[in-house]
Amino acid sequence: MKPDDFAFLSDLVKSRSGLVLTRDKAYLLESRLMPLARKRNMKGVDELVRVLRARRDEGLARDVTEAMTINESFFFRDIEPFDLFRNTVLPIFRKSRADTRSMRIWSAAACCGQEPYTIAMVLKEEAAKLAGWRIEILGTDISGDMVAKARAGVYSQFEVQRGLPITLLVKYFKKQGEMWQIDPSLRAMVQYQEHDLLHDLRPLGRFDVVFCRNVLIYFDPETKTRVLEGIARVMPPDGLLFLGGAETVIGVTDRFKPVPGQRGIFCLNRDPASAAHPESAASGAGAR
Amino acid sequence: MKSCLIVDASKVIRLVARKILEDLEFESEEVADGQSALEACRRRMPSAILLDWNLPVMSGIEFLRALRSLPGGEAPRVLFCTIENDLQHIQDAIKAGADEYIMKPFDSEIIQAKFAQVGLL
Repeated sequence: MKPDDFAFLSDLVKSRSGLVLTRDKAYLLESRLMPLARKRNMKGVDELVRVLRARRDEGLARDVTEAMTINESFFFRDIEPFDLFRNTVLPIFRKSRADTRSMRIWSAAACCGQEPYTIAMVLKEEAAKLAGWRIEILGTDISGDMVAKARAGVYSQFEVQRGLPITLLVKYFKKQGEMWQIDPSLRAMVQYQEHDLLHDLRPLGRFDVVFCRNVLIYFDPETKTRVLEGIARVMPPDGLLFLGGAETVIGVTDRFKPVPGQRGIFCLNRDPASAAHPESAASGAGAR
Repeated sequence: MKSCLIVDASKVIRLVARKILEDLEFESEEVADGQSALEACRRRMPSAILLDWNLPVMSGIEFLRALRSLPGGEAPRVLFCTIENDLQHIQDAIKAGADEYIMKPFDSEIIQAKFAQVGLL
């Protein structure tokens, strides 16, 4: 991002929200504003800045501010999904994949790595039950800067204090100056790749469990549908999908349905057409 | 109502912490050193203790060891909140019975995350 574009955006956000964006947050601006630019059919953040400079666009200015004031990702974000992953999802796959002893997990909006590393920590804590298993974790993000930061696995004191229990900090991180770096054994468990959710996902392979949390909220309805259907295509019939607390598949796609009693978890819908239009199926039957 | 004892020599820090904790619906009491903290706990055990390390009269870690040997002293969740941010201090704190550890500077998000971590939110 050009320095004067950064200055323009940070002034805008600061005047509207009080949030101060330091220069090291440039990557965050880029990755947060990219989906917004796209939503408005703009090519990228450059064009978004050009539009904002050219005319007063209250709606766009508000959306930019909103996107920037959302919390950064943190370790064990929301706690509950990772409890469910450990206590419900892992046991299911330990049984269903007992023959191959292998599993692939995808963190589809890896940000700077907090989510994939959280998954790795959960697996590490469960290592005794997973002896002999080969579990791959892939983290992808649209931003190359994010992917680079995720790979490095170096976090500020603020970042390691959001959600990460102190016992796990002590166990899995080393202090380097004022920063904390995640243990090489955890870094080795996660592969990172730059990837756009709107592109073909099939080159990434198939995934038994997909975490796609707090991304859909940035997209318009059509894009949500497109992303979810793309994800459905890279999952086996018994795959499971985690969405964020404010996200759902209902009214977006009939390829997935909620897993009853497991908040935030969705499974593939084996009979999409009838499940999507139960009322029309029923009235059709009645008419005959 | 859940209660929190704020132990910090700085009046400003105590004020900031109190404001955050009140928003989280904790009733809070403030003291400026380890000795007064111990006396406060003898009178009444709080649900949580937000504890600085460097304190006059009795340090945070000395207070914690004394607290954990009091009758009922294992009950409060103790969260260190200190500028000391090296592994050795953190490990010593855990060994002495701390439940969580906050490295200053903190903000309301960190306080909230850590209080959730120890099961108080």
